[in-house]
Amino acid sequence: MEILMAILASILFATAIYNLLQKQFLRIIIGTVLLSHAAHLFLLTMGKLKRGNPPVLVEGVTNYADPLPQALILTSIVISFGVTSFLLVLAYRTYTLNKSDNMDELRGSSDE
Amino acid sequence: MSNLAVLPIVIPLIASVISAFIPKKLGLSRFIAKLFAIIFLVYAGYLAWVVFTDGIIVMQASGWAAPFGISIVADYLSVTLVLITSILTTAAVFYAPSSLSQLQESYYFYTFMFLMISGVVGAFLTGDLFNLFVFFEVLLMASYGLIVLGGGKVQLRESLKYVLFNVFSSMLFVTTIGFIYASVGTVNMAHLAERIQEAEQAGILTGLAVLLFFVFAIKAAIFPLYYWLPNSYIVPNPVVSALFGALLTKVGIYSILRVFTLIFNHDIGITHEIFTWLAIFTMLFGVIGALSTQNVKLIVTYNIIPAIGFILMGISLYSSAGIEGSVYYLVHDMIIKAALFFLVGALVVAAGTDDLRKMGGLITRYPVLGWLFFIGSLVLAGVPPFSGFIGKILLLRGSLEQEEILLTVAALITSLLILYSMIRIFVRGFWGDTVEGLPEGQNKKVRHLTIPAAVLLAISIFIGIGAEFIYPHVETIANMLLDRAEYINAVLRE
Amino acid sequence: MKNYNDLILRTMTQLIAFILLGFSVYLFFAGHNSPGGGFIGGLMTAAAFILMYITYGFDNMSKVLPINFRAVLTIGLLVATLSGIGAFVFGEPFLTQTFGYFNLPIMGETELATAMIFDLGVYLTVVGVTMTIILTIATDQKEDSQEQAGM
Repeated sequence: MEILMAILASILFATAIYNLLQKQFLRIIIGTVLLSHAAHLFLLTMGKLKRGNPPVLVEGVTNYADPLPQALILTSIVISFGVTSFLLVLAYRTYTLNKSDNMDELRGSSDE
Repeated sequence: MSNLAVLPIVIPLIASVISAFIPKKLGLSRFIAKLFAIIFLVYAGYLAWVVFTDGIIVMQASGWAAPFGISIVADYLSVTLVLITSILTTAAVFYAPSSLSQLQESYYFYTFMFLMISGVVGAFLTGDLFNLFVFFEVLLMASYGLIVLGGGKVQLRESLKYVLFNVFSSMLFVTTIGFIYASVGTVNMAHLAERIQEAEQAGILTGLAVLLFFVFAIKAAIFPLYYWLPNSYIVPNPVVSALFGALLTKVGIYSILRVFTLIFNHDIGITHEIFTWLAIFTMLFGVIGALSTQNVKLIVTYNIIPAIGFILMGISLYSSAGIEGSVYYLVHDMIIKAALFFLVGALVVAAGTDDLRKMGGLITRYPVLGWLFFIGSLVLAGVPPFSGFIGKILLLRGSLEQEEILLTVAALITSLLILYSMIRIFVRGFWGDTVEGLPEGQNKKVRHLTIPAAVLLAISIFIGIGAEFIYPHVETIANMLLDRAEYINAVLRE
Repeated sequence: MKNYNDLILRTMTQLIAFILLGFSVYLFFAGHNSPGGGFIGGLMTAAAFILMYITYGFDNMSKVLPINFRAVLTIGLLVATLSGIGAFVFGEPFLTQTFGYFNLPIMGETELATAMIFDLGVYLTVVGVTMTIILTIATDQKEDSQEQAGM
């Protein structure tokens, strides 16, 4: 199971990098979304995949699932939700002001 | 008692929330911002005094003990940087009303600024690697808000690149934390430091160390990852640039300083050797960038990069002189960078342009600004007896002790070129013939912009001249960083 | 008034939006020790609001729900921060939480935790952020003409 998840995460990483290297804003943003999914999936896999009881709540639980990766992923998901929504607004504003969604046309030059 | 450590994060956060309620009432929000900045300054001073007299303070959030909960650790280095941050915040709050347009100011400037300060302070204080990521995100989110403030075409375009770059590095950070958790089984820094000494797979750990360095190097703008920095730092307002230049890259280099003294020092031969080379290239390429342009904002922005190189140089030496030099230089550079950005902001207002070729003869009309700029340039370049000199002399002593001749030579050349790049602004902009068409009636505004910068310069000069007073504290910090036992014991065995 | 043939959407929205709202409240209260919580509850509420905005249009909805979502966001942040600071009063470390069992009139014996106050802050913040961002993009067309004049 861990192997499968690792392969899945690596596929996500690859597609994310591919999308990040595109020119349209939307593809790049989809790339960042995929990248965050890959990172979260990877983080989940790193904490060992298994079923178990919640620790801490009840005394004497032996077969418990590791809570830390889940807490980390939850935090990270919230953060990437915020960043992605901000990124969408920013990309939209940039598009309306610059009249282009192509990164090639948005290079800076020194005469501005 | 332990709550003392968390208040520096909470105070700016409250200020941020309160000013979010009243964005349109400028008078009130300015007053609240100044009030909270001063409270923060006084508190940070008090905290620094308590920590330096009584030792490290640890706060375990929600009362969960160290490796399981989130630790907030106010150690000597953190409180020093928090104190500097609070000084810069206060200066920025007094600088902002003259520098920003009313529209920009009312668009949640104080909210974002205090949120960013909260994130920066959190990053300095946290004792947990994942929490460091969270505070990075807090400060980055706020910085996204600040960088697009009142955005025009160019500003939005550069902001988008800045945000994308940071999103990428954040996700890399999460992935690295995943790796670290899988191989060592903890994310608490003190616990990591203990576990890594016992761990056997040194190769994997070195790989992880380099990956983590890569993440921080993006934030700190170390060669070859600095190319995002210059354009995105000149587009926002000078007050925002000053906060970015003085705080954001420094958070990156602070993380390197913390992680590579506390946690990953099991294989100094590899990691710190890489640092030596990167420090050389960062210094040289940064200063070459500063020489390559005629844009005054860009010159100061490029000068952020060699400073990071100097700090990295001290970390790469990993000796007491080296670390002392790094800490001294870090403290010095945070203040002087903010002061110089403030001065350049005033200069651009005074000259009406940021192109050096179109300036000249400003000294007749703005003598105070001119001479402050001259002193600032000397401080930055490290001319004795100013603060840059003390940091550099420690770094050079450290590198000569270890016979790193190349590093020493690179550092000396860089210092000289920094001085040249800054003096060029002074000579071309303030000296020479007065150009036609200078904007009129800016005297009052320029004076308002100069005062906070002058205060920062005074503090900077004090750090240089009062080295007798500062140096023992720097020594304490360096000893703590090199010894590690004090930090680990404070966090884990309380 | 535009005359779209959106009978199915309108009919279903009446049903689904309130199921979503109810479910979001359930998720919020399930929060602190079983799946759910302020974040997911807030997103669900925001989803219900957005469904209603899509169906009934911006003008109608701003009459029905005269809420300034930026204020919601700010209040949420304030609540979350204050719940952390509340621990200071009792001399406990930042963010310390506690819980107890209470007999409430309708719900019977209920577990109430102070973590819920923090969660409420998160809930309000998430609703505020989501709605602010989506409405900012959605209502942008109107501002375009003013902006070009101002630029």
